[in-house]
Amino acid sequence: MSSQNMSLNLKIWRQKGPKAEGKLVDYRVDNVSPDMSFLEMIDVLNEQLVRKGEDTIAFDHDCREGICGMCSMTIDGKAHGGFKNTTTCQVHMRLYKNGDTIVIEPFRAMAFPIVKDLTVDRGAIDKVMIAGGYISANTGNAPDANAMLIPKPIADEAMDAAACIGCGACVASCPNGSGMLFMGAKISQLALLPQGKAEAPKRALNMVQVHDSLNFGNCTTHAECEATCPKGISIEHIARMNREYMKAAFTYYEKKNAGGGV
Amino acid sequence: MTINLDPKTPQGDLKDKWDKHKFESKLVNPANKRKFTVIVVGTGLAGGSAAASLAELGYNVLSFCIQDSPRRAHSIAAQGGINAAKNYPNDGDSVKRLFYDTIKGGDYRAREANVYRLAQVSNNIIDQMVSQGVPFAREYGGYLDNRSFGGSQVSRTFYARGQTGQQLLLGAYSGMMKMVSKGKIKIYNRREMMDLVNINGKARGIIVRNLITGELERYAADAVLLCTGGYGNVFYLSTNAMTSNASAAWRCYKRGAAFANPCFTQIHPTCIPVHGDYQSKLTLMSESLRNDGRVWVPKKQNDTRKPAEIPDEERDYYLERVYPSFGNLAPRDVSSRQAKYRYDEGKGVGPTKQAVYLDFRDAIKREGKDTIAGRYGNLFEMYERITGYNPYETPMMIYPAVHYTMGGLWVDYNLQSTVPGLHVLGEANFSDHGANRLGASALMQGLADGYFVIPNTLSNYLASTPLEKVTIEDNAFKDAEQAVKLQTSKLLGVKGKRTVDDFHKALGLIMWNHVGMSRNETGLKQAIADIRKLREDFWKDVNVPGEEGNFNLELHKASRVADFIELGELMALDALERKESCGGHFREEYQTPDGEAQRDDENFAHAAVWEYTGTNSSPIRHKEELKFEFVKLATRSYK
Repeated sequence: MSSQNMSLNLKIWRQKGPKAEGKLVDYRVDNVSPDMSFLEMIDVLNEQLVRKGEDTIAFDHDCREGICGMCSMTIDGKAHGGFKNTTTCQVHMRLYKNGDTIVIEPFRAMAFPIVKDLTVDRGAIDKVMIAGGYISANTGNAPDANAMLIPKPIADEAMDAAACIGCGACVASCPNGSGMLFMGAKISQLALLPQGKAEAPKRALNMVQVHDSLNFGNCTTHAECEATCPKGISIEHIARMNREYMKAAFTYYEKKNAGGGV
Repeated sequence: MTINLDPKTPQGDLKDKWDKHKFESKLVNPANKRKFTVIVVGTGLAGGSAAASLAELGYNVLSFCIQDSPRRAHSIAAQGGINAAKNYPNDGDSVKRLFYDTIKGGDYRAREANVYRLAQVSNNIIDQMVSQGVPFAREYGGYLDNRSFGGSQVSRTFYARGQTGQQLLLGAYSGMMKMVSKGKIKIYNRREMMDLVNINGKARGIIVRNLITGELERYAADAVLLCTGGYGNVFYLSTNAMTSNASAAWRCYKRGAAFANPCFTQIHPTCIPVHGDYQSKLTLMSESLRNDGRVWVPKKQNDTRKPAEIPDEERDYYLERVYPSFGNLAPRDVSSRQAKYRYDEGKGVGPTKQAVYLDFRDAIKREGKDTIAGRYGNLFEMYERITGYNPYETPMMIYPAVHYTMGGLWVDYNLQSTVPGLHVLGEANFSDHGANRLGASALMQGLADGYFVIPNTLSNYLASTPLEKVTIEDNAFKDAEQAVKLQTSKLLGVKGKRTVDDFHKALGLIMWNHVGMSRNETGLKQAIADIRKLREDFWKDVNVPGEEGNFNLELHKASRVADFIELGELMALDALERKESCGGHFREEYQTPDGEAQRDDENFAHAAVWEYTGTNSSPIRHKEELKFEFVKLATRSYK
């Protein structure tokens, strides 16, 4: 590994609150080690700001190992920086060189209003999940785990979809600000598994309806989401979601006042 | 004040205790459940599963999380798997064996009845998670697959690639979302618990800070469940998430909840080594890697050759050498200590020498690259992203790092703390792992507590306790809120020169050097003196810019670090008073001739339970004697 430390020019979006006007502010950070993570580089900058008595740059982050989905940031115009299968917290400074200028903005999407600086409100993701991103299996109901056989390829495909970390990069990278990838991944995961089939039609209808009522756009198959997704989730799951939705739209019928049920 | 440390362990044979207890517990009538409100702080595996289950039963649940969504709690980062005594591989597992392995793995410092119950409900957890759609790994026949973990000779670990924690947490989260849609759970995100409110000696509410607006908010309930995780971030560098903190638990301690075994911390053997002083956290490489990876160092000191240039006969596969029957799957505490010995002997590798190799060369030769990629692909990718090295071609470098805390708030068999109504679940309590936790058991415990234990024990509390009506206008709420405000203005008022992180790093260094993998009397006394000095300096010289009424991240960190400093002192004190070695607590004065931990069962077969007595007075050390009726105390050997 090179131990050549770098100096970098940063242009960072600063915005005091949801309603305030924001702007890009120039900062310079010296002595950046190539082994640092991107967020550690921001930590160093924030320490400098504290020492000067200035307000630090607000950004979301937590696990710093690419799994919690809390970190966001648009780096040089791309959600999470546009590196393959990588969240912002897993971007390392060895990907940059001395003298580089890096533009850092929040995730940009209608559905994710800015809270402060680089922090956005992604509550809309939870709202879509509340609409049906689950299997109604109350605690205590479950039969033996091996009572239901699930072929390995199905389990593997469900796992591919389930790997979504709910970071919202798909939304931020989509020209339409669509949430179809994260939603499609959940609908697809649960529709693939036998346990999830009982509620599959209702789930697809409800989730899509709530998604559309929030500030998300529709999918027009740009596939920017797939290219940006830090977990490599494929737009095939959007296709499966569409099939589930179509099927349900034509066939789902719930008798009123009959205690529900399909 | 005297505290009651009756563990309330049911009488009878080990295997009947839980059934008997459930039968004898009072129930809340289904129609009456909706009259009760329960606060659940934290949305990890323990908090998420508790919130979902209690809401399903009909209670009104108020759920609080520090992140922007409940799905982000740090349980999500667990990689390797979750244990259960299913015995699907037909390799001799049973509830009794899981119980025994856990008691032994914890070096006989956990309560028998609690651990047995944990093993009993472990199988229900797997059933429950599968029915919620958790895509566990499967074999071609469609059956669930298992793998091995440290400290056990059977394959009882269920897994979902290297993302088991994530998948289980999303399972619990989806259960919560279902109950949110039914109006039974209200979620309060980006909230941090600042204090516990007791009224008439019972936990009746909490004060939280809204992290976005900076405002303090009050919430009242009939019971409070604390599911806020462990305190590994006392060490500054750990595998915990950045917001993982001890403040909620610490403030409950100050409100009368006794703290048990604070010195029992787990240092995980397979983490990516530290590479610089700007480092903000450490990353774990799952223990499951030790199923196929072989741990070694060069036999020669200061060997600077590349690993591939060192022939086999000049390598010391020290875990296989010292522990032939468990080999690379020796438990965490033992493996970590052995890595430290190699470093002490001058055989460490890499630029800082604080590393050992974890080598997949032989496994790749034996099974092929594709098979190994299928098992650990995402972990290998993660390793390469962080370090720039490709583990298919060159061995990983690993070193121990702080990972988990077995100590926590004291709870009885019902998971109730010494404050009536305050129940503590998951890593935040002390109950099941003794002095060392086995791999893949944290997920099991969090979910056992939340799904299967608390729904039963909480109903008994609610049905048998007179609960007066309280409102957030009660004086206890006003006083608690006032105390938080006072502390906030104190922090903002210091206007010193050193940053919060500066203090946190200084604390971490003291803890790692003296209260880490290896401890001794002189070092611990030094640590206590240094921490006291640090605490004084903190309140004189900390620099917290900004004001209270907004999204002030430095202020959030400052109040957590103030608590970490106090907790650090208690950890050192507890380590000093425990004059034996057991599990993760290794006192250099107490070791066998070959360097293994030497327990003192005559004097220390107890949980040390600390009672808070005031900011400037010493806490009181109480004991809960551990009675072993069903297992024989033996020297723990993995040879």
